[in-house]
Order: sequence, then structure tokens, then C-alpha cells
Amino acid sequence: MKRFIGFVRKEFFHIMRDRRTAAILFGMPVLQLLLFGFAIRNEISEVRTGILDLSHDVVTKKLTDKIFSSGTFVASAVLNSGKEIGKAFASGKMNEVIVFEPGFAGKLQRDGTAQMQVITDGSDPNVSRIVTGYTESVVRDFLREKSNAAGAPVGVEAVPVMKFNPALKSVYLFVPGLMAMILMLVSALMTSISITREKETGTMELLLVSSLKPIQIIVGKVVPYLLLSFVNVLTVVGLAFFVFGVPCRGSLALLLAESLLFIMTALSLGIFISSITNSQQVAMMISLAGLLMPTVLLSGFIFPVASMPLPLQAISNIIPARWYLVIVRAIMLKGAGIAVLWKETLVLMFMSLLFMTASVRKFSERLQ
Amino acid sequence: MTQAVTTEGLSKRFGKLEALRQITFSVPEAELFGLIGADGAGKTTLFRILATLLLPDNGKASLLGLDTVASYRQIRTRIGYMPGRFSLYQDLSVEENLDFFATVFGTTVKENHELIREIYDQLEPFRKRRAGQLSGGMKQKLALCCALVHRPELLLLDEPTTGVDAVSRQEFWQMLGRLKQQGITILVSTPYMDEASLCDRVAFMQDGRIMAIDTPTGITRLFTKPLFAVRALDKHRLINELRAFGYASSAYAFGNAVHYTDLRLSPEPQELAAWLKSRGFDDVEVQRIEPGIEDTFMALTESSRPEQEPSDG
Repeated sequence: MKRFIGFVRKEFFHIMRDRRTAAILFGMPVLQLLLFGFAIRNEISEVRTGILDLSHDVVTKKLTDKIFSSGTFVASAVLNSGKEIGKAFASGKMNEVIVFEPGFAGKLQRDGTAQMQVITDGSDPNVSRIVTGYTESVVRDFLREKSNAAGAPVGVEAVPVMKFNPALKSVYLFVPGLMAMILMLVSALMTSISITREKETGTMELLLVSSLKPIQIIVGKVVPYLLLSFVNVLTVVGLAFFVFGVPCRGSLALLLAESLLFIMTALSLGIFISSITNSQQVAMMISLAGLLMPTVLLSGFIFPVASMPLPLQAISNIIPARWYLVIVRAIMLKGAGIAVLWKETLVLMFMSLLFMTASVRKFSERLQ
Repeated sequence: MTQAVTTEGLSKRFGKLEALRQITFSVPEAELFGLIGADGAGKTTLFRILATLLLPDNGKASLLGLDTVASYRQIRTRIGYMPGRFSLYQDLSVEENLDFFATVFGTTVKENHELIREIYDQLEPFRKRRAGQLSGGMKQKLALCCALVHRPELLLLDEPTTGVDAVSRQEFWQMLGRLKQQGITILVSTPYMDEASLCDRVAFMQDGRIMAIDTPTGITRLFTKPLFAVRALDKHRLINELRAFGYASSAYAFGNAVHYTDLRLSPEPQELAAWLKSRGFDDVEVQRIEPGIEDTFMALTESSRPEQEPSDG
């Protein structure tokens, strides 16, 4: 046991002495969360809008006022003809142009319907969709107020409610994904590098000749990163809650326990990688290309798994982050318990066990 | 006398390269045994097999009476191994490295302080310094300390003095002598011929074979040809001229002279001097000398060459 503690202490020295490692370990989670939380957002706070009013009547005037009073839309230009629309978009000054048809108020009065056109910049489909949605909801509001005043509610209205995230905040989406990504990076990448480094510098030769058992070496490498990753989980959850107001609706203890499980999975993957490679470079490449990329792209972090083509969906099943993501979202945002998540938990357990056994077996007590 | 190391027909190949061919030798307890040979002679492979880190393709080796394949675990706790490359943690301090290797072997620095005291005293002033920032000599002393910290019965030192300054090399060998007196068997490899004479016995390795094993003086006795030291101002041209001489066997630079051997049994130095004078060396000086260990190794290397590279004329 003493030997083991000595080994773990040495690992901590390595981590703390290497400023770059320490910076990555502790700086990255904070930096990434702030980056994703503040800079990279799906919601749009300022829709620069141009109005092409071909009707110039009371209703279009009122509707325009209504749009700009919401705070989301900013009047950017008043256009005089349809020819100016293309130019306005090309210059990039405009997110949206609203066109009212001639005789807008009259038609609305007479036929009960009038046409307005919402033109958005299709080169950025995400922004376009969101902007169009905002505009529609403002117009819907306006019509409801108008008909309420008239005292004659007509028609069916679908009122969308976004459960668990009514404001559709993108931080809610990023936090679970970010947790998966950071843990993958810290646990898998760092352990695989730290073991291959010993192989590269020749110290592994000495460790092997010492009376340490392989399992002691492996567990000794795992323990420090397990603790550090756990600190990272606490940091991310804490920051998410205090800075961005992301709640943890389910049991915090369960969330932490599941995170520990995911850390174990990532660590065993990292050790497995290091047991099949001999250089830090290769270990890093495998970790980045083989683990980090799929974690970002195929886990459902950014692109929903359900909308992927079938082969990719199949691949996503073997990515640990996919299962962890389901767990974190369910616990944090939906307040789900283990009764719902037992399947995902089992998958992660199975994966950890598999990689751990494989790496203990592959770990060679001699040089190749 | 009990043998600390015995090997029998050890062979190892890496793909096409035969790193070791039929290595058989033994080292009695408390001997300082040297392995001499150029880079690529197979010294490191031999050390790794002895340190239980590599499996031989053929043959057997046993250390302290234990088989290197079957009883590798027991062997590992009883030997001290110093790899050829500096292999300590560069980002840990001198003290931390020592403490680490002590705990890993289930002991403490204090417990074995008296064994490493002499070396450690020299490291003491740099106790807090990172191992990566030590000088070459200091690094090797630290590595030796780490290899000794668990009081091994046998030391395997793979080129411990390569890249170390002359003074540190001398100090290092003095330490080895004292460790030997404490009853520790030492196997040490070196590319420096002058260090060979400090061993009890030496084995000369080349191309994976042991060419000769003997005491340093015994090895020099293998050198039978008369040897001459030839001196002249233009050493480079001198070597070329000597090699062109009809009876020349070998000529190579040695310090400020050229060592020359002749094909004949009893050549006359005057004849050689006269011939060289005729070739324009007015200041030439020819002297018969006793061969040193280095001359012997050069001769052993030369004599094995034609067999290895028959195409090389």
C-alpha cells in the first residue's frame, strides 16, 4: 500500500510540475464553459431588421412598432423598393427584411387575411429559422391582441411550450455535452499520454524492474486523474449553476455518481490506448481523433442522434459520451432518477469493465 | 565460488537483425565484470534480457541462481538496473526521485543510507534541484543511487559513463570499486576502452558475439603481433602511407601517434623509418611498444571483420 501511495504522489508531482498539463486540466473546463456559455449561443439577441412597407397604413405602422418594441428586433433600414433587398443582405448589415403588401390594412379588414413576407438570409439556416420563428410569434401576438379587442376569438391556435427549458437557452444544451467532452479529454487523453510518456523516457523500464505489480501501476495512474476529473465535474456543474443558472433538477448525488462512472469509462479507454501504443504522439492522435471528435460530433452533443443516418447511429452506440449525455440531460434538466437511467448506466459499466480488463491483459510486464 | 550470473547460448533477433548470437558466460559473485563493445554490438539487448525485460529466443540465463524467464519477479526485487538512457523523472527533484524508487521497492532512503551515503553526499547540495537540470555526471550518480536504494545483490549498469566528463567517470568507477568491496556483483558495459582495465574481467562483444573473455592483462596477451608507435607531423598522411606499405597489417590513430602492426613476425623499425623517410616524412619516429587493451580490441575487431563482411575487400 505504501508503494502505491508513493506512486500516486509521484503522479501528482508530474501533473503539478508540468504547467501546460495543469493549465489544460484546470483552465480548460472553465474556459470552455465560459466560451460556450457566453460566446457561442443559439439564441439571437439582436435581429437587424429592415422594413419595406408598400402599404403605409395604420395596421402596418402598429405592427412595425410592435416588432421593434420587443427588444429583439432592431430597426436597421427603411427600404423603398424590392430592388434594395438583395443589396441589403449582401452587405451583411441585415438579418431580416419584412415586406408588407400594398393595401395591407384594407385586405385584413375585408378578407380577414393579408400578406406579409419575411425574408431572411438563407446562407445561415440556423439564424434564419430562429429569426423567422421570432417574427411569427410577434405577429401572432399582435393578431391575438387585435382580435381580443374586437371581442371575437376565431380559429385554433397552437401554443408551444418548451418543457424543461422554456426559454430555449443554449447553455442548457451545452453544459451536458461540455461535461462529456472535458471528462473525455482530461481522463482519456491525459492518462494515455502519461503512460506512454513513461514508455518514451525509459522510466517504464525501471518501473517494470521494480517490484510494482502491473495493476498497481495502472491503478496508480488512474487515481490522480479520477480525482482531478471529479474536481472538474464539480467546477462545471457549479459554474453552470451559479453563472448561467442551469439547474440540477434531479439528485445531485446521482449526477456525481454517474459522472464518476463515466470518468472510469474514459480512464479505462485512455489506459487501453496507452497499452497499445508506445509514443505520446500516437496516443494523442488516437485520443483526439478516435475519442474527442466522435464525442463532439456523434454523441448527440451538437447533432441529434435521431437525425443521423443509420450507420452513424449505430456507431454512436459505442461512444460512451452518447450514453453519458442522455444521463446528464435527464438528471439535470428533467429531474430523472436511476429508475429511468438504469440502461445507460449499465452500458457505461460494461464499457469500463471491458476496457479495463483488456488493458490489464495487454499490459506487458516486459518490453516488446 | 557461486556464480551471480550464468548464461548459456543466449540468442535474440529483431526481425532480420541478430542482436545476440550464442552468448555464454558467467560472472562469479562480487566480481566487477565489464562488457566492452561498439554501439550495436548487442550490449543493451543482453542487459535487457538479464534484467528480465526481454525474453531470449534461445538459450537460458540465470541471475543469483534464478531463471530470468521463470522467476523474473524474484529477480526484479534483488537486482539494481540502470538503463543506458538517463531514465529518471526529470521533473522530480533529486530527493523525490530517490524517495520514489525507495518506496516503490518497499524501503526508505534512511534504511540504506550507509550504502549510498558516499554518492549521496555529492548529490546533497542539489537535493532540491530537478533531475533534468543536473549535469551529466550528477545525473548518472543519481541514477546509480536510485538503482542502489533497495540494496540489490547484483547491479546491471548499461553504459553508465557514456556522455560523462572524464573526472566524473573516474569518480564513478571509484564508486563501483567500493560497491564491489561490499560484496555486490557488478555487470557494467562501456564503449570506453580505458575503463575496461578497471574491471576484474572483461568480455569483448561484437555483432552479438562475445569475442573474448579474460582479465584486462590476459586480454592484452591475446595481442601477439609486434606493435609500433609511429609519430610524424602530418598524421593523416602518415596513416595513409603506412596502410600503403607492402607489409602493413593495420594502422590507426592512437592519441598523438599512429599504431602500426606488420604482417611479418619480426619486422625492423629502422626499415619502416627508412621507408617513411623516403616518402617524405623527415621528422618520423618509430618505436616498438607494448600493446594496451585498446590495441587488443582493435586487433580483435579487425580480425573478425573479414568473416562478417566477405565482400569488403
